[in-house]
Amino acid sequence: MQLLAFFVLSLLALVSAIVVVTHRNPVVAALALAFNLVAIAGFYFLLDAQFIALLQVIVYAGAIMVLILFVIMLLNLKQELGGRPSGIVPRVLAPVLGLVFAAILGRAFLSLRGGFPARAPGYGTVEAVGREMYTRFFYPFEVVSLLLVAAMVGAVLLAKRRL
Amino acid sequence: MSDLLFGIVSTMGKLAVVVSALMGTVSVMTWVERRVSALIQDRWGPNRVGPFGLLQPIADGIKFIMKEDITPADAHKPIYTLAPALALVPALCAFAVIPFGPTIELLGRRIDLVIVDLNGGILVAFAAASLGVYGIVTAGWSSRSKYSLMGGLRSAAQMLSYELALTLSVMGVLLVAGTLRPMAIVEAQGGWFWNWNAFRGGGQPLGLLIFLVAGYAETNRLPFDLPEAESELVAGYHTEYSSMKFAMFFMAEYINMTTSSALAVTLFLGGWQVGVPLPFEGWSLAILQILAFVVKVGFFLFLFVWVRWTLPRFRYDQLMNLGWKGLFPLALANVMLTALLVAFGLVG
Repeated sequence: MQLLAFFVLSLLALVSAIVVVTHRNPVVAALALAFNLVAIAGFYFLLDAQFIALLQVIVYAGAIMVLILFVIMLLNLKQELGGRPSGIVPRVLAPVLGLVFAAILGRAFLSLRGGFPARAPGYGTVEAVGREMYTRFFYPFEVVSLLLVAAMVGAVLLAKRRL
Repeated sequence: MSDLLFGIVSTMGKLAVVVSALMGTVSVMTWVERRVSALIQDRWGPNRVGPFGLLQPIADGIKFIMKEDITPADAHKPIYTLAPALALVPALCAFAVIPFGPTIELLGRRIDLVIVDLNGGILVAFAAASLGVYGIVTAGWSSRSKYSLMGGLRSAAQMLSYELALTLSVMGVLLVAGTLRPMAIVEAQGGWFWNWNAFRGGGQPLGLLIFLVAGYAETNRLPFDLPEAESELVAGYHTEYSSMKFAMFFMAEYINMTTSSALAVTLFLGGWQVGVPLPFEGWSLAILQILAFVVKVGFFLFLFVWVRWTLPRFRYDQLMNLGWKGLFPLALANVMLTALLVAFGLVG
């Protein structure tokens, strides 16, 4: 049952990811990305990390992607005309970074040869994540919130030159 | 029967009951909406088909199926076809975590009258609600019509803005309840009705008010129906839709109304709790509790119609001001106050 769900989700995630990078229409690509994010949330569910899965849907698929879609529609971007991507970033840097990422994933995969570590009871529930976040990872958590505040202040400053 | 088989059968049974109840609510609500509007405006409303016009929804359904399904020539066809489903499916999903009755015993096994009783249940409803906007946005964009596009853009901005207030308004209840599991939240509101979250110590009447206002904006209902404001946008995001595709948007809107009513009842007004301690238990109590849930949800659905014919539509800047400068700070203050009360051990 879980294996079947895994394969269905993998198929959805892979197909939508390919559509994101290959489709010429920005709205279709954005929709495919939203689809991809929901499929990834499905993986989190399969890994018993239900809180992260729900946050993934609410924050990424439900808010951030809607904003991206909103901006694309507002600017009313026309379909990109043909032509392959040019410039040093997409042609050289992107494949290299992709390979580095694949190497990191492979390294993680190899280190798991002994199987997954045992999960504590209540793993992935709201309570467990909250407790870890506000005790063990308190300082990193606060640093992240500081980063978000800085981003918000920056956005307000950019939008309103004269305060 | 093995546990797994029993689990599958009972879940399928609950699904069948909930989906047909939701669809039934949609058709009854179309009749209620028009009859109550007529009542408020001192006219008759649909009263020709069947007694009191009660068969009107069936006539409407047949009409929807018989109508020609038109796709504009310039439309982006795949997304144009997908959009109604993108609106309807999340609307149906949200109801999966709402408990509509207590835990009952059947064939010696216990069944929770909720489709899935997840640890993070309330979040599922919000996740589904946040995905609901895709249907409207994609409908607006793929129709390639200026009215549709304006409606889609408006709804994206409106739903994102009010989602913040909606989520924050619920935080107070969750702080007091100490759980996100809907069944546990409802069970904690047992006994007399002053134990309901809207009234009890550290009560959330403000939370309920913010939730309702934000809920009206999330479901695109008057006074916040700017995405389909007919005086400026013809019919907004579904201008170009006809036949069953339009009917699916219509159904999604009414199911969203039902879900947000049911969420308000679950979180603030005791869910399926009757509100008075009763001397009997077992099946008769369970049936009474399901009825109590239906009556409470029915009241909020009626409120939707009532408000529609009482308040005029907001202007766009007024809507944004209310969302960001009114409801959002108010909801934040409510969360802070409740958090202080909980931290000092006064409630919860």
